[in-house]
Amino acid sequence: MALEELYREVILDHYRTPRNRGHLDAPDASAEGVNPLCGDEINVELALEGDEVVAVAVEGQGCSISQASASMMTEAIKGKTRAEIEDLTAKFRSMMSLDGEGGLDLDPDRPGAVLGDLEALQGVRKYPVRIKCASLGWTVLADALAE
Amino acid sequence: MTDLAYLKADFPIITDGVHFLDSGASSQKPIPVLEAMDRFARTSYANVHRGAYKLSVAATEAYEAARGRVAEFIGAEDAREIIFVRGTTTALNTVAFGWGLENLNEGDRIIASEIEHHANLVPWQMVAKRVGARLDHIPMTDDYRLDIDAFESMMGPDVKVVAVTGMSNVLGTMPPVKRISDIAHRHGARVVVDAAQLVPHSRVDVKELGADFLAFSAHKMLGPTGIGVLWGTMDALEEMEPFEGGGEMISDVTLHDATWAEIPHRFEAGTPPIIEAVGLHAAIDYLESIGMDKVLQHDIELTEVALERVGDVPGVTIYGPAGLDDRGGVVSMVMDGVHAHDLGTILDENGVSVRAGHHCAKPLMRRLGVSATARASFYVYNTEEDIDALVVGLRRAGELFGMS
Repeated sequence: MALEELYREVILDHYRTPRNRGHLDAPDASAEGVNPLCGDEINVELALEGDEVVAVAVEGQGCSISQASASMMTEAIKGKTRAEIEDLTAKFRSMMSLDGEGGLDLDPDRPGAVLGDLEALQGVRKYPVRIKCASLGWTVLADALAE
Repeated sequence: MTDLAYLKADFPIITDGVHFLDSGASSQKPIPVLEAMDRFARTSYANVHRGAYKLSVAATEAYEAARGRVAEFIGAEDAREIIFVRGTTTALNTVAFGWGLENLNEGDRIIASEIEHHANLVPWQMVAKRVGARLDHIPMTDDYRLDIDAFESMMGPDVKVVAVTGMSNVLGTMPPVKRISDIAHRHGARVVVDAAQLVPHSRVDVKELGADFLAFSAHKMLGPTGIGVLWGTMDALEEMEPFEGGGEMISDVTLHDATWAEIPHRFEAGTPPIIEAVGLHAAIDYLESIGMDKVLQHDIELTEVALERVGDVPGVTIYGPAGLDDRGGVVSMVMDGVHAHDLGTILDENGVSVRAGHHCAKPLMRRLGVSATARASFYVYNTEEDIDALVVGLRRAGELFGMS
């Protein structure tokens, strides 16, 4: 069933109980983004120590895919360096076929081996209009890091 | 229930398992409309008002016949009151810029409403900023209708124009345009009606309605995209300057100046949507073969069924007037814990097409306290089965998200 592929339990869990929600006391970097077509909003705040993201907070509203993707993203990037985050972002965009190269090969026998929980979002690829939902948080993260 | 199910065969897209509930965004096209455009393009097509040859004469006759048909359909006194434009948005911009820049001055007031589509709000914001006018809004009541008492108390000699919807694309609310027009006219203000949702679904007589300008699109009334109508009284149209310059709208042109052609041609710069005018003509013929009273009755009956059955789905809240009076076939909803976009995707898996989002009415969304709704809108080809499919999809969404 395609819908169960799209709305995996882990996605619904992140949607109902988003991680790292709210604001940081003194963010070193932040950015916000809106998908003007559907109105989804994401605000990302980062605390940096040198090159490393030591804390992240997300605020926003929108559909399950946009909010769950952003929540998973916060868990995936915490404690990582800029270079590691860039690599992760490239892999995520590749998984979502956003890099124009036809998608990252995930190992079907070892789910989660490449991108962890984020791999649950690969079902979104079958719903082209929703890919922008999944990528919104990542676009805002890139803006925050570019500050 | 008004039985229009026999019409389905006229709509090639509407097949078994297709539950198209997004006619508020754009309607499907029946075979007679498609055939009329095809026949015209194959046999009688040329540019209009230009050639001395037979084909151009035939095309001009077809184009002007469409103008006459539209005039008759909305009860206009004179076919010259019908201006063909690209669509409702262009029609409203033509009034805002063509009439507004000429007739509004610093300190004047424009009154719109809280429930307007962006197309009847943003052009007025733009013009208000340019001329230094103020934009106020008729508030919405708790029953999702316009507060006419509040409107009356807002009126004054500084209000020059009132821009209001004939039927909300989000709520289905049909404001009392006649009352609004009477009040506005007592204060010398012009009235502009966004009739994009009204004209396709209800019999409209512009003389009874009492407005000065009325805008609608063919594509929401079984016709093609690319053509819409701006109707205005001759008085109001004479106060308006052309918004676009170019071919066909001139009387004479020198290197530095130009004079305008007669109304309506002065407002139709460039080659108009000729094939589309033929399509609009056929769409009106089709709608009138059903009867506009029956079209509205059918929408209302489906709305009654939808309000009852959708309202029974756990977690669903419907935004719109509770009763069926002065309300069209639009049902906007949200479901606890399930975002409208997720509803849209889940319903689509069930063959149900609804619009999910802010419906180009963001101020209204803020007023409702939601970021998005899912909207089902009905037309002649819809039946109770479409509503049942909608309800099945909504229940499935609730189960999937663990809300029921």
